[in-house]
Amino acid sequence: MMRNAWLIPLLPAVSFFVILAVGKRLPGKGAEVGILALAGSFVISVASAVQWITAGEPEAVERHTTWWQVGGVEVGAGIHIDGLAVMMLVVVTFISLMVHVYSTGYMHGDRRYTYFFAALSLFTAAMLTLVVADNTLQLLVGWELVGLCSFMLIGHWWEEVPNSSAAIKAFITTRTGDVGLLLGIITLFFAAGQSFDIVNLNRLALEGEIGRGVLLAGAVLLFLGVMGKSAQFPLHVWLPDAMAGPTPVSALIHAATMVVAGVYLVARLYGVFFEAFSIEAGGFNLVAVIGGITVLIAAALAFVQDDIKKVLAYSTVSQLGYMVMALGVGAWTAAVFHLFTHAFFKALLFLGSGSLIHAVHSNNMSEMGGLRRFMPTTYRTFLVGSLALAGIFPLAGFWSKDEILLGAALNGYPVFFWVGLVGAFMTAAYMTRACYLIFAGEYRGHGHPHESPASMRVPLQLLAGLSIVVGLIGPGLLGETLKFSHWVTFEVPGVEEVVEEHDFSVPYAAGSLAVALIGIGAAAGVYFRNLWPRDLARRNPLAARAKTILVHKYYLDDLFVHGVIRTIQYPLARAAYWFNQRVLDGVVNGAGQGARRVGRFTYDVIDQRVIDGAVNGAGATAEEGGVILRHTQSGRVQQYAAALFGASAILALALVFVT
Amino acid sequence: MIAQNVAFWSLAVAMVAAAYRLVTTQNVVRAALFLAVVLAGTAGQYVLLTAEFVAWVQVLVYIGAVVVLLLFGVMLTRAPIGAASGLDNDQRAVAAIVALLVLGALGAVLLDAFGDTELVFGEVRRSAEVADAIFGQYVVPFEVASVLLLAAVVGAVAMARRD
Amino acid sequence: MALNQFLLLSAVLFSLGVYGVLARRNSVLVLMSVELMLNAVNLNLVTFGAFHQDVLGQVFALFVIAIAAAEVGVGLAIVLVIFRNRADVDLDKVDLMKG
Repeated sequence: MMRNAWLIPLLPAVSFFVILAVGKRLPGKGAEVGILALAGSFVISVASAVQWITAGEPEAVERHTTWWQVGGVEVGAGIHIDGLAVMMLVVVTFISLMVHVYSTGYMHGDRRYTYFFAALSLFTAAMLTLVVADNTLQLLVGWELVGLCSFMLIGHWWEEVPNSSAAIKAFITTRTGDVGLLLGIITLFFAAGQSFDIVNLNRLALEGEIGRGVLLAGAVLLFLGVMGKSAQFPLHVWLPDAMAGPTPVSALIHAATMVVAGVYLVARLYGVFFEAFSIEAGGFNLVAVIGGITVLIAAALAFVQDDIKKVLAYSTVSQLGYMVMALGVGAWTAAVFHLFTHAFFKALLFLGSGSLIHAVHSNNMSEMGGLRRFMPTTYRTFLVGSLALAGIFPLAGFWSKDEILLGAALNGYPVFFWVGLVGAFMTAAYMTRACYLIFAGEYRGHGHPHESPASMRVPLQLLAGLSIVVGLIGPGLLGETLKFSHWVTFEVPGVEEVVEEHDFSVPYAAGSLAVALIGIGAAAGVYFRNLWPRDLARRNPLAARAKTILVHKYYLDDLFVHGVIRTIQYPLARAAYWFNQRVLDGVVNGAGQGARRVGRFTYDVIDQRVIDGAVNGAGATAEEGGVILRHTQSGRVQQYAAALFGASAILALALVFVT
Repeated sequence: MIAQNVAFWSLAVAMVAAAYRLVTTQNVVRAALFLAVVLAGTAGQYVLLTAEFVAWVQVLVYIGAVVVLLLFGVMLTRAPIGAASGLDNDQRAVAAIVALLVLGALGAVLLDAFGDTELVFGEVRRSAEVADAIFGQYVVPFEVASVLLLAAVVGAVAMARRD
Repeated sequence: MALNQFLLLSAVLFSLGVYGVLARRNSVLVLMSVELMLNAVNLNLVTFGAFHQDVLGQVFALFVIAIAAAEVGVGLAIVLVIFRNRADVDLDKVDLMKG
């Protein structure tokens, strides 16, 4: 089945076209096509996963077709199926399937229902293409396509200007990063002797065959793309605004799948990053630093949000920071495992928030409250998701976050261990705050909230169940074959292992659990018992200043808009405009004017005077000649006689003198 | 010889002068009279050329009939009798040139051909010989000429009839 | 007497007749000029007849005279008809063939 893994991206791609073509006329308005295709992809993915996991010593399956080849450059498409790919395939297809089913309820009656499902299919196809890619070009294609789909889906309700603005912001910000990605791919292509192949790149990097400088440049450029797509500081600003899109979109794209594309890129090309940033050495490196900063600043921002989706968005940014940081400290398996678990509980939390929004018709937590009475299923599943995110034993997040902290500590990155720990505290705290505001106390809204329909409830329940169970494969508690690090490994054929595995350590686990519990306790105390920090900003001016900074998101958006965009917009754009109007248009207009003048000249002089003159002249000559000659036909005999006599006299004279 | 030359030249001058006046006078009747003078002068020349019969026929027919006929024509067409302007049309210059050309051509040919040829008269010619020639050798042209005269008369009458 | 003096005389008369034919407006005057021309020709003929001592010249001249008379008759008849139709014998006005 792994050999047929190329079907996995193909089915949603076909479904995209089918939905566009005939979707509107179908009874389910195209949704059934999408669900069917996704179900098929999911089945094949699971089958491939089973095949991989149950194989004793599995070898990566590679299939490749060449599109064209010029000189030393070969461009083609292919699949590279190994543990990492199989894991991603299962996650992506499953979450996408859940979101598809959920959307039939959530998006019911929407103005562009069919189009939505078409875009979902296209997105899934693109993400899967990215996942199975065996060369950086194909990865780039998938990467760009998911960016496009994200833009389309964020701006799904583009009639409202904030939505289209958010879509543009997302697209431009990730595009900024994508410049780096493209340059990085090109750099590595040339550095690796004109090869796009990922396995080849990893091998050459790890064996030291790529120059240090070039390798570092390539890795940094790639990382720029990662920063854009996976919302790392400072290119994280688009993700909270992307919440303007429909909640299923947020769940699929901005929680579980698209944003992890950057993490996936680093994980795939880990040989390049490992070598370039000397991750083995410990201390500090760019990847870890950026990841660490992201963890903390995003968690801080989650404390001051009123919009439930924004809380979850910042939470996602923070967790992505965890993944990137983990990769930066050499904890590859931990990062990938956290990606895996995070997908489930973050999707759960988003779909749960969708259920809440659907019920109270508002995103704001200030209009919620006391909803545990009205929406029990949503309450329970949301709680499970929050606990999983906070890292409470035995839920999924506990195992994965713990592994990250373990890796940071044991690989020689003590600073990042503490960063992770603080982050865990903050995560637990802000999720408690969110749960308190939503489910506890009295209902502050105006409507009549009720539980959501089954099409929305069932995915929540499924995901909640999985959030409980899925973490257990981390330490291998569900069997050695299922142990995550057993079947998901970073391997480059012919190269020694780079990733160090650390076994589960009880002290570290206990420590992170304790911190999480303290976080919950602290937040609970603040909110339930009105402890000292409650409403601190109102009493303490320093705290108020801090809160203002947080509310303004560290003024980053203002910096980007005024600093970067306005600088480009006004002077550069004006310069470009001037150049366009004066130089380019001048040339073009000049050419046009010149042509016109030539045309005028041709018309006036050549056509009118010369040619028409010649023609008219010929006519006039003929006419004048006729007028003149007409006089010989005067009808007067004596003139004829004169001519006769004259001519004969002349002839006679001529004859006489000639002979 | 001298007498003939004197006669010739006096007649010639008179003829040329009259001919010139014929073509330039503005009086139609005077033109007819000048024509008569020319014709008379010609008759005189004929006599000098020992062609007496032709000379008298000339006087009889030309002066006696043709000029009278022309005068009749003048009268019948109410041609202005007396001086009247505009008897010349506006191509006088061209006509003069053409006339000069003709004169030039003829003159050149004649001078070239008969530069100094003398006119010598042999034996005396008698009118009887003319009659012999006409009714002998050239009787057919004579008959034809009479038919032609008949035709002319008939034609003229037919044309000029008032009906 | 030189031959040429008669011939030149007839040439002068003939040229004057040509002038008259071409330059005169009145049809009768044109006829008169034609007579002048014919007369000049006659003189020429007779001169050559005398020169060649052949009576043919005179015979020819007689015929010419006869024909000239006929021609004047017919010509005047035509002029009369024209005059009857137009009340004018101005040749300049007879331009029906104009153009």
